[in-house]
Amino acid sequence: MGSYLTAFLVGGLFCLIGQLLFDLTPFTPGHILSGFVVAGGILGGLGLYDKLIQFAGAGASLPIASFGNALAKGAMLEAARRGVIGVLTGMFELTSTGITAAIIFSFFMALLFDPKG
Amino acid sequence: MSKKAGQQSLLLDPAPFLSSAATVAGPMEGKGPLGGDFDLVYGDLRASQKSFEAAERKMLQEACSLALEKRSFNLADIDYFLSGDLLNQITVSGYSAAALGRPYFGLYGACSTLALVLSWGGILVAGGFACNVLAATSSHHCSAERQFRYPTEYGFRRPTQAQWTVTGAAAAVISAAGESPRITAVTIGKVIDMGEKDSFNLGAAMAPAAASTMILHFQDLQRNPRYYDLIVTGDLGQVGAKLLRQLLARSGYFLEQNYNDCGLMIYNPAVQQVGAGGSGCACPGVVVLGHLWRRMKSGELKKVLVISTGALHSTTTLAQGDTIPAVAHAVALEM
Repeated sequence: MGSYLTAFLVGGLFCLIGQLLFDLTPFTPGHILSGFVVAGGILGGLGLYDKLIQFAGAGASLPIASFGNALAKGAMLEAARRGVIGVLTGMFELTSTGITAAIIFSFFMALLFDPKG
Repeated sequence: MSKKAGQQSLLLDPAPFLSSAATVAGPMEGKGPLGGDFDLVYGDLRASQKSFEAAERKMLQEACSLALEKRSFNLADIDYFLSGDLLNQITVSGYSAAALGRPYFGLYGACSTLALVLSWGGILVAGGFACNVLAATSSHHCSAERQFRYPTEYGFRRPTQAQWTVTGAAAAVISAAGESPRITAVTIGKVIDMGEKDSFNLGAAMAPAAASTMILHFQDLQRNPRYYDLIVTGDLGQVGAKLLRQLLARSGYFLEQNYNDCGLMIYNPAVQQVGAGGSGCACPGVVVLGHLWRRMKSGELKKVLVISTGALHSTTTLAQGDTIPAVAHAVALEM
């Protein structure tokens, strides 16, 4: 039960931060989204994001900041194995599923629909 | 003889007649408190067209046809077609002008377009350059959202101070001979930029321009707000209308019960989620040429001052961090 609660609270905290940024700053949804990814990347780079995931489970792994964490982690793992070039080759190592899924689904949706709005 | 009055106003003499008017509105506007005053209400935002842009063109052309039909005008009677809208290169107006086949003045004033086309139409007729002029404007919630904000499919959540672009079109025939109301005076506004950058708070960006034009109108013609039975601004919404009252009070003019904003009249905010009110070229378009037109014809209103306000930014200038300049023009309608 404790893990449900921490997931709920931490996930909710992410949402609260996003809503406050949206309501109180001139940032657009695009800015806020990128900001979360970058923040997740920095926390991941410092080794803090994984601790947050251990504590809050899906509450930390589902928000978009987790994507930034995965980008940083993939880059760091490959960099440790293959040197500087690994930063480039490893960036999408852990995130390739999500990115490929987005491209494939977008492709099929574009075939099926013709949005004009 | 028409003459310039004061700094920015023109007294039109002989005052041209607003001899016909017609309005077309979208589903939300039809369900609003003024729904019964529009000549045609679409239940479908697409108006059976392939895109929102095509729907807006259909609405504008329909408003023009209705305005002509009501007083049995033929297209050949129309010397000029004056029109403007919100979309890039005012394509709604340009395509409609192609369909109408009359000499065309395309005017861009963003949401100030209604007063702009009525002013210019009035000036052309009063100056003896035309017998009948067709003046029109339109906006569409979805085409404006797509152009100025986000794709409609994106489902963007709007902040509460944002206004809702009115879907609809309005057209009027301005004639040298006909029936009242008449366009007796116009005040052409200066563009004012107070440094507002928030495109979700256009009411605040436009209120100083409305105040400037309104004060000049009163000074130039030596009138005060009580001269009019009703003063309406185009689409300042809750935020802008409040600011306008404050700005006018600073100059010693107090807006009382006879002031309203078309953006606050067109929807029922208790039921319809429209943020700070309506906006768009069609907002003053359908309220003035639909609702107020009927109230003037019934004798309830004799003197109405219409001040429509427009924000003159583009998505490019906003993305480059520039501020939002705004303009307001005033048109006095009298029975």
